[in-house]
Amino acid sequence: MTDIMVEVSGLTRRFDVSSPWLNRLLQREPRRILTAVDDVSFSIARGSTYALVGESGSGKSTIAKLVLGLLKPTAGQVLVDGSDLSATATAASDALRRRVQMIFQDPYASLNPRWRVGDIISEPIEVFGLEPDAGARARRVAELLDQVGLAASDATKFPHQFSGGQRQRIGIARALASRPEFIVCDEPTSALDVSVQAQVLNLMRDLQSELGLTYLFISHDLSVVRYMADQVGVLYLGRLVETATRDALFEAPCHPYTRMLLDAAPRIDGFGREHQTDGGEIPDPINPPSGCHYHPRCALATERCRVEVPAVSNLEGRQVVCHEATQILSGSVDL
Amino acid sequence: MSIPNASSASATGVQPVSRPSSSHDEPLLAVEDLVVEIPTRRGLLRPVDGVSFELNAGEILGVVGESGAGKSITGAAIIGLLERPARIASGSVRLAGKRIDNLTGDDLRRVRGGEIGTVFQDPSTSLNPLQRIGDQLAETARQHLDISRAESRDRALLALQEVGIPAAAERLDAYPHEFSGGMRQRVVIALALIGEPVLVIADEPTTALDVSVQAQVLTLLKRLCLERGTGVMMITHDMGVIAETTDRVAVMYAGRVAEIGPTPSVLVNAAHPYTRGLMASTPNPASDVAEGLVQIPGAMPGLLSIPAGCAFHPRCDRAVPDCKQKRPPRETINDSDVWCWVASQPQQARHD
Repeated sequence: MTDIMVEVSGLTRRFDVSSPWLNRLLQREPRRILTAVDDVSFSIARGSTYALVGESGSGKSTIAKLVLGLLKPTAGQVLVDGSDLSATATAASDALRRRVQMIFQDPYASLNPRWRVGDIISEPIEVFGLEPDAGARARRVAELLDQVGLAASDATKFPHQFSGGQRQRIGIARALASRPEFIVCDEPTSALDVSVQAQVLNLMRDLQSELGLTYLFISHDLSVVRYMADQVGVLYLGRLVETATRDALFEAPCHPYTRMLLDAAPRIDGFGREHQTDGGEIPDPINPPSGCHYHPRCALATERCRVEVPAVSNLEGRQVVCHEATQILSGSVDL
Repeated sequence: MSIPNASSASATGVQPVSRPSSSHDEPLLAVEDLVVEIPTRRGLLRPVDGVSFELNAGEILGVVGESGAGKSITGAAIIGLLERPARIASGSVRLAGKRIDNLTGDDLRRVRGGEIGTVFQDPSTSLNPLQRIGDQLAETARQHLDISRAESRDRALLALQEVGIPAAAERLDAYPHEFSGGMRQRVVIALALIGEPVLVIADEPTTALDVSVQAQVLTLLKRLCLERGTGVMMITHDMGVIAETTDRVAVMYAGRVAEIGPTPSVLVNAAHPYTRGLMASTPNPASDVAEGLVQIPGAMPGLLSIPAGCAFHPRCDRAVPDCKQKRPPRETINDSDVWCWVASQPQQARHD
């Protein structure tokens, strides 16, 4: 039995995106409900990285917010080390919050431009009452800056004095300040250039092995996911369509959507490669296709896929949500 | 999905309009020693500093670099879209042998949109939200080709069909907001090609799109330009896009070209240390995950603090004293042109 850090079960979140009631009344519009996250379940082992990958509108960032307790789920729950973050504030959930932190996508928007770096990093230490003494806090800030590859003297500077990669390091130092065990990383490197992305990804991996961190790593970039993840979940229109270990997913993807996604990603060794694209795009999430959401784009789709939502099948240590999964894995159908 | 073939042009009775074509010994686009300057209160900035390259008809040239490398400004300078106070300080841009960097007024308008089409990153800002897309296409066609109003409408329909918009005839009367992101970028491509350009400048054409849509749009752009013999300057930061779509690639750093050559040889046997670093730091589907990514220390310098000599020397692990003082000259190594003092010297193993 592996040691589970985070348990997400049956997580669902709907948003009401209807027009104001008078417009609905006058224009005889029905309510419009967007299901951003639809019955998503997964668990993350302590000290490992679970990656969620998907295109825009797949619900990745909504799941991040639900896991952090920034949004309340419509149904289902998130347990971090056995307790529920979205429960009403108690002493226990405050203690839990210290152990859960986040790294944001945009290092330009996530740091207060009027605060000195030292104040940004020491705020969580102060809020959680970890170091009551100001001198000790300053020492801790210096230690954190050193840990993320910046100089202790940078504490007196302002965010605008740093490049994008350095700002993301500041964001990481702030996330580490409360000595968390679990960090949600929402597209932490997609705003960065590749040479800087490599620095940040390496840093995150080093910190993980050094501090035993657990990551929920959210990205649209499969090559980055392959580099970071132990387990990967592929999202399509709010549903998990395939969950597998990194090696299983990248060596033998099973779900037709996963296969399409892997094929479509440009490869730096793919000289003159021609793509077999399905020609489709992500459908309107307010009126998603019936049955399996992917069926209008899927080469293998049958009448059953149009009508019936596929159940999760457990195949060779992976979970696939596809009617044809068994046939695909046995190689009896060609994509 | 079925995409109508370009040869359906004759089926709808539209005759291709003849365009001046470049002679064979002349490259389609020749940029020579281009310098773009921006005077500011804090000093003179040079976002493009001595850039030279050539692009032949029917060729896709990639221009790759990280943010601040000057790739978009190079593209903007070629089509005369520099915003003041930025200006071309020296150098020349020739399209089929003809200077285009000093054009103004009607002459510039004929080139821009007519002989050179453009595709920008964000499809929602390249289309007029208040005008039906059929009208936008027809207007552009009338502007650049000598055709009647009715004919321009046929052209617009044909252009939409060619970029694979389903039910194109009905979609002519749709507004940009009625299209999805991928479809909108297809419309932008139709708009770029409708003036029958000899060159298309595509600035990060798929960066705002999801990967599955990106693959479709790149395939489309590649096919259409190949069929017409249109040259493409593809500006992107994505090495994967460069590998899969371009014939030759120019790697830019701090406003200068570091290396230019055939794409496979530049990407696999990079001569310039920056190109090598860039390739090694890109997560590669074939690499061993257990090993860390190779990282280049530091970051691209700001325009106010570009180092003397070779701009890359503070981040370069092979820098020699010359690199700190003198700009490296152009050198031909294998099939590539490389601007580096040490590229031609045998590389010493780093761990002995």
